Amino acid sequence: MRRLGSLVALAVPAALIVAVGIGSTFVSRANEIYFLDALVSVAIVVAIYVFVGNSGVLSFGQVSFVAVGAFAAGVMTIPLESKTGVLPELFPVLRDHTIGNAASLLLAAAVGGVLAFIVGLPLMRLSGLAAGIATFAVLEITHNLLREWTRIGPGATTLSLVPETTGAIQATIGALIAVGVAFAYQRSRLGRLLRATREDAAAARGVGVSVHRQRLWAFTVSGALAGFAGGLLVHELGSITTEQVYLELTFLTLAMLVVGGASSLWGAVLGALAVSGLNSFLIKAEDGVAALDLPSGSRLILLGAIMALVLIRRPSGLTGGREFSLPGLR
Amino acid sequence: MNLVAALDAQTLVDAVGLGAVYALMAVGIGLVFGVLRLVNFAYGQLVMAGAYTLAFTASWPVAASIAACFAVVVALSMLMDRVVFRPLRGQSPAVMLVTTFAVAFMLQAIALMIDIRDDTIGEIATSIASFNQATTVAGVDVRKITIAAVVVAVVTLALLALLLARTTIGLHMRAAAADFGTARLLGVRANRVIGFAVFLSGLLAATVAVLLTVQFPFVGPDFALRETIVVLVGVVVGGIDRLWTATLGGFAIGFATGVINGVLPTDKSVFLPSAVFALVILVLLLRPAGLFAWGRAAAAERV
Repeated sequence: MRRLGSLVALAVPAALIVAVGIGSTFVSRANEIYFLDALVSVAIVVAIYVFVGNSGVLSFGQVSFVAVGAFAAGVMTIPLESKTGVLPELFPVLRDHTIGNAASLLLAAAVGGVLAFIVGLPLMRLSGLAAGIATFAVLEITHNLLREWTRIGPGATTLSLVPETTGAIQATIGALIAVGVAFAYQRSRLGRLLRATREDAAAARGVGVSVHRQRLWAFTVSGALAGFAGGLLVHELGSITTEQVYLELTFLTLAMLVVGGASSLWGAVLGALAVSGLNSFLIKAEDGVAALDLPSGSRLILLGAIMALVLIRRPSGLTGGREFSLPGLR
Repeated sequence: MNLVAALDAQTLVDAVGLGAVYALMAVGIGLVFGVLRLVNFAYGQLVMAGAYTLAFTASWPVAASIAACFAVVVALSMLMDRVVFRPLRGQSPAVMLVTTFAVAFMLQAIALMIDIRDDTIGEIATSIASFNQATTVAGVDVRKITIAAVVVAVVTLALLALLLARTTIGLHMRAAAADFGTARLLGVRANRVIGFAVFLSGLLAATVAVLLTVQFPFVGPDFALRETIVVLVGVVVGGIDRLWTATLGGFAIGFATGVINGVLPTDKSVFLPSAVFALVILVLLLRPAGLFAWGRAAAAERV
């Protein structure tokens, strides 16, 4: 029964993702983008969840790994014949090589993971607000470097001509991989040790858990997943600027996580899908094609109001921070 | 080196002016944090609402315009407490912070919707712009607003210090900031203390709105957003647990921004944010409880 219960906790979020993926093939090209957005959001929010949810430490920095992953995957997949033209200032090693779609996603994950490990090494000593602000500083530094350093990327201009390989299949599989990795991590020895530090850091330390080391593990796994999600994102959009992977994405994805319920994987998946779904619905409603017709500009007001309302009414999120379970199956 | 030569009296005067405004914002954020343990990210939107009020009442007499600004901001601040902060009391800091993101997001969207009625984004607050004129004192251009900012900041902080030290409500606020649970057991009324702190922080936001609008009369939905983020960083770097260290942190980051902007030529400052935020990380690693927190308060959690 126990095994069955834990299987349900993985199977239900996965089934929901597959349903969204299949759903995207039934709608028009113009509407497909909303489904793909939702799936890529799931990958990003699950990546953030791996660190924030399991450790209980707030981080504003995970989107910097999304950004790095997106630009790594994007720069390395632009076809060689156009690369020298659009990005002449790149380091030769970046300029003269191009890799395939799958390899670029692996590269994005590797770059995100390595960077997260390096950054986390000193930063994971911090807790509370100091950790929040320090990780925010990481976001600012990443954004600043990506925006100004034209040897590694497009700088302040748009990175375009990236192959749009994230369709329904890649988005679904990508989101499933993120969920699978997060699930495996949180049920592993390392994940459980970290969750012990979240519940009571002093007690965990008392039985010999190194809080720093466990947080660093989670930060690195989270960074790798975030980089991977960034790769999915850039291949979905085909072109990207540094502003798209900065403050707004940080706030929106964190809000998705907290609205869903920050301390469970089910919460991360449900929050990402619910907020994306609501957002898409409101976009349609503004255009007057959905059931109700909203004045333009009201979408963001309603989105903010509904997110605030959910948090006020249910501070532990839609899922209450619990994994999905069926009554009697625990 | 010419960098040192560029650090003249002019730069210092402007930097002190900026630091004073940031310090006022830091007090507003710190007061609410003291009693609610809530980092109010939507504080910048209070300032933004005040700036819009000034812009929309630009045809009124200056005093009436400023009074309207205070009325709107204080009312919005109290409303925010009643509708958002009160139900969230005692929740985890992450939930409270993210909720204020959502509120900030919503207020910006409302401002955009009101603003865009004339088909352009942004309004210009013309009536109080004359305070931005400069008078030359000993070769240094001192704008009236710089003097006003410094005087207002010093007077406000002095009044606040008196209030906290000498009045009953001030004592209650300090008690609540130290240990809310025990303070309530000893008869401190939570709603009254929190309401008063929110009221004061609203007054401060309105003051900041006036001071900022004079210097940057072009008001858009993201007015004061960047400033709020910088001040929040400054407050935590200074030490958010104490009002004075938080204020000092706000002043320090404003002063530093002013000096660096004045000294560095624009083409050399593209990587400046990286350097500043690397410094922020360094300070947080060395002194996680805050740069200005000493003694027992400095013994912060570090794993």
